[in-house]
Amino acid sequence: MNKILEKKVLAPTLKQIVVNAPLIARKAKAGQFVILRVHERGERFPLTIADYDREKGTITLIFQEVGASTKLLGNLEVGDVILDLVGPLGKATKHPHAKRVVCIGGGVGVAPVYPEAKELYENGVEVISIIGARNKDLLFYVDEMKKVSKELYITTDDGSAGRKGFVTDALKDLILSGMEIDCVIAIGPMPMMKAVSNLTKEYGIYTIVSLNSLMVDGTGMCGGCRVTIGNEVKFACIDGPAFEAHSIDFDEQMRRLRMYQEEEKLVDCKCGEAEKNVEN
Amino acid sequence: MSRTKKHPMPCQPVEERIKNFSEVALGYDEQTAIAEAKRCIQCKNPRCVQGCPVGIDIPQFIQKIAEGDFESSIEILKSKNSLPAICGRVCPQEDQCEKLCVVGIKNEPVAIGRLERFVADWERVNVKPKGKQVTEGKKVAVVGSGPAGLTCAGELAKMGYKVTIFEAFHQPGGVLMYGIPEFRLPKKIVEEEINSLLDLGVELKTNVVIGQTITIEELFAEGYEAVFIGSGAGLPYFLNIPGENLNGVYSANEFLTRVNLMRAYLHPDWHTPIKVGKKVAVVGAGNVAMDAARTAKRLGAEEVYIVYRRSEEEMPAREEEVHHAKEEGIIFKLLTNPVEILGNEEGWVTGLKCIKMELGEPDSSGRRRPIPVEGSEFQLDVDGVIIAVGQGPNPLIPRSTPSLETSKWGNIIADEMTGKTSMEGVFAGGDVVTGAATVIKAMGAGKNAAIAIDQYLKNKG
Ligand SMILES: Cc1cc2nc3c(=O)[nH]c(=O)nc-3n(C[C@H](O)[C@H](O)[C@H](O)COP(=O)(O)OP(=O)(O)OC[C@H]3O[C@@H](n4cnc5c(N)ncnc54)[C@H](O)[C@@H]3O)c2cc1C
Ligand SMILES: Cc1cc2nc3c(=O)[nH]c(=O)nc-3n(C[C@H](O)[C@H](O)[C@H](O)COP(=O)(O)OP(=O)(O)OC[C@H]3O[C@@H](n4cnc5c(N)ncnc54)[C@H](O)[C@@H]3O)c2cc1C
Ligand code: SF4
Ligand code: SF4
Ligand code: FES
Ligand SMILES: [Mg+2]
Repeated sequence: MNKILEKKVLAPTLKQIVVNAPLIARKAKAGQFVILRVHERGERFPLTIADYDREKGTITLIFQEVGASTKLLGNLEVGDVILDLVGPLGKATKHPHAKRVVCIGGGVGVAPVYPEAKELYENGVEVISIIGARNKDLLFYVDEMKKVSKELYITTDDGSAGRKGFVTDALKDLILSGMEIDCVIAIGPMPMMKAVSNLTKEYGIYTIVSLNSLMVDGTGMCGGCRVTIGNEVKFACIDGPAFEAHSIDFDEQMRRLRMYQEEEKLVDCKCGEAEKNVEN
Repeated sequence: MSRTKKHPMPCQPVEERIKNFSEVALGYDEQTAIAEAKRCIQCKNPRCVQGCPVGIDIPQFIQKIAEGDFESSIEILKSKNSLPAICGRVCPQEDQCEKLCVVGIKNEPVAIGRLERFVADWERVNVKPKGKQVTEGKKVAVVGSGPAGLTCAGELAKMGYKVTIFEAFHQPGGVLMYGIPEFRLPKKIVEEEINSLLDLGVELKTNVVIGQTITIEELFAEGYEAVFIGSGAGLPYFLNIPGENLNGVYSANEFLTRVNLMRAYLHPDWHTPIKVGKKVAVVGAGNVAMDAARTAKRLGAEEVYIVYRRSEEEMPAREEEVHHAKEEGIIFKLLTNPVEILGNEEGWVTGLKCIKMELGEPDSSGRRRPIPVEGSEFQLDVDGVIIAVGQGPNPLIPRSTPSLETSKWGNIIADEMTGKTSMEGVFAGGDVVTGAATVIKAMGAGKNAAIAIDQYLKNKG
C-alpha cells in the first residue's frame, strides 16, 4: 500500500505522483483530500486528490514543493512508499444545479479544480475554464482541462502564454461579454480566491472556493483549520474544504496561514534522503 | 516512616523538570512498594474495590506486593485491567479506589495507584512478552484505539474472536498518545502496554477514518459481524468569544497533539512546529488544562496562567496534577472568566480580557453557579491562549451512519451496561457515549461491551 507507481515532474518544483491506495480510490470524490506523512519525524500535511482510478486502485497527487514536507515527498521515487496516507477526507464538493460553470485554477490550484471540472462535464454541465500561472513553465494540465471544457482560457502574470494578467481579468471579460454564469468554482492561492470572490460578489454570481487552511489531523479533532464564515466558525477539514465564498473571512485565513512562517524555515528537508521507506 | 501517610512519590526536582519532558513522578522502588503495601489492612469486605470501575482485586494484588511476589501480583492485576501501567499513572484515584479505602478515614489512604504502577513497571522490565497470538473466530471491528477500543479488542481476542482495530491516526492510543503529555505518561510505556494487548491476536489498521475511508455499513458488508465504536470525544469546544481565531490561540487538543503525537517539543528535528508565547493563558481547570499549562511552561513560557470561572473546590483536575502545576509555578486566576481575546494589527494575540466572578446558588451540576461581578473587567497581558473547556464527540461517524441514534450533543446513545446502540450489531462505549470522562471508565465500557458482543454473536449463532 501507498507505493508510488508513477512520477512526473511538471515543472521544476511541481510534481505529480500516482499512488497505490485502493481504499482511498474506491471512495474519492471531487473536493476531497488526503493527509500524508512522509518521514518518521515528519508533519502531517494535506493534498487534494487530483484524480483517481477506482479500477486500478490509484490516486493522483500534484504538489508544489514549497517547504520541508513537500520537498521530502518530492524526493521519493517510483517504488518508494509513503509512510502514512489517510483519506479521503473532507466533504465532496456540492455543486449547485447549473447549466454553465466557470472553473478557475490558479497555480497549483489547477490540480484540485480539475476533478471538479471533470465531474461537472461528466454530469452534462457546460464548463468554461480559466487557468492561471506566473509563467508558461508553471502551466500544467492544459490538455486535461481542455478535454472537459467547452472553452479554456489561459492567463500568465508575464504574458509568456495566453493572456497577460490574472485569472480575474479573464473572468471579468467573460462577465462583461454578457455570458450567463450560474456558478464559479475557484481554487488557488488565498489572495486569488479572495479576488475572485470580490468580483463575483459584485455581480451576484454564486461562487465556491476550496480552502487550504492549516491542518493537523484532518478529522475535526484539533480545530486548527477553523475559518470564520459569516457569523459562524467552521472546521475546513470536516465542514469543507469547499465553501460558498462570499461570506468567508479571507484575511483571517491568509493571516492564519502565516502562523509558522519563521518555524517552517528551520526544518531541514534533507533529513529524509538516507531513510526512505521501501516496501517490504 | 510514618504509618499515617502514603509513602511519598519520588519526583524530579521542580527546577529541572520544567526544562524537560521526562516523567515527573519516578515511581516507588521495591522496598518502598513493599512498605506501602503493608499499610493495607487486608479488609474482608474491601471497600476500595467498589471504587474501581473494573473491579480489581485490590487487597490481593497488594498482598502479593507485601510478600515480594510481584509476578503473582501482576497476574491478579492483569486479570481485570489490561493497561495497569497507564491506570496507575492517570486514574483519578482520589475519586475512585482510594476515596473508599478504610485507612483513608483517619489517615491517608493506601497508595493503590502508585502500587499498581509499581507492579506494572516491574513486569515491563522483568517479564518477557509472550509473542503474538493468532485468533480464528468470527470477525469483529473496533473503531478507535483509545482505552475503550483497546480494552474491548483485547477482551474479545481473549475469547477467540478475530478483531481488527481501525484507527484514524498514524499511531494507536487515542488520548493516551496525543493528549496526555510525556512527562505524565511516557509514550514508550503506552506503546509497550498497547503492544502486549495487540499480542493477544488483535490486528491494527492505522490511517483509516471510519465514516470517510469505510463506513460502518461497509464493515458489515466486508464480513465483520459486530462493531464496537470507541471513537472518543475529540471535537474541541471553543468559548465563542471575540478574538478566538487570532494567531496564537489554540484549542488544547491542537496544542497537545502537536506536542505529544507530533513531538513539536523537538522541533525542528521533528518537523511539526508550535508557537508558545512568553505569557500564556490556559482557559479551564481540568486535566486537559493542567497538561496544557505545564506543557507551555516546559516549552519556555515564562508566565503561565490557569483562568477558571469557578473556585479551587470545583476544579475537575486530578489532585496530583493541580499540586504539580502549583509546584511548577503555574499561576491560578480563579473566579475569572475570559470575555474577549485581544490582538494587534497583524492578528496576533496580545491579551485576554477577563471579568471577575462570584459564586451564587448551585446549578444543575450541583456546583455553585459563577456570576460575573459587574465592573470588574481587567486585562491579562498574554501572547498565547489555549482553550481547554471540554470536548464533544466527533461528528464523522454519526454523519455517515444515519441509523445510529445520537443525543442532541452528538453522543452515541448506548445502553450503559452493554453498549448496545440503536443499530443491530453495533456497540459503543467510552467518551463517545459519556462525553469526556476517564481512562478507566472508558476501559470499563470497552470490557462490558466485549461481554455483550460475545453474547450477541453466540445468540446469533
Ligand atoms: C485541503 C488542502 C488541500 C491542499 N492541496 C494541495 C495540493 O493539491 N497541492 C499542493 O501543492 N498543496 C496543497 N495544499 C497545501 C499544502 O498542504 C502545503 O503546501 C504544504 O502543507 C506545505 O508544507 P511544507 O512543509 O512543504 O511547507 P512549509 O514551508 O512548512 O509551509 C509553507 C506554507 O504552506 C502552508 N502549510 C504549511 N503546513 C501546512 C499544513 N499542515 N496544512 C496546510 N497548509 C500548510 C503554510 O501556509 C505555510 O506557510 C493543500 C492544503 C489543504 C488544506
Ligand atoms: C489532555 C487530556 C488529559 C487527560 N487526563 C486524564 C487523566 O489524568 N486521567 C483520566 O482518567 N482521564 C484523563 N483524560 C480523559 C481520558 O483520556 C479519556 O476519557 C479517555 O481517553 C477516553 O477513552 P476513549 O477510548 O473513549 O477515547 P479516546 O482516548 O479519545 O480514543 C478515541 C480514538 O478513536 C480514534 N477515532 C476517532 N474517530 C475515529 C474514526 N471515525 N475512525 C477511526 N478512528 C477514530 C481517535 O483517533 C482516538 O485514537 C484526559 C484527557 C485529555 C484530552
Ligand atoms: S484501575 Fe484505577 S480505580 Fe482501579 S484500582 Fe487501579 S487506580 Fe484504582
Ligand atoms: S480498603 Fe484500603 S486497607 Fe482495605 S483492602 Fe482496600 S486498600 Fe487495603
Ligand atoms: S485539521 Fe484538525 S480539525 Fe481540521
Ligand atoms: Mg512544513
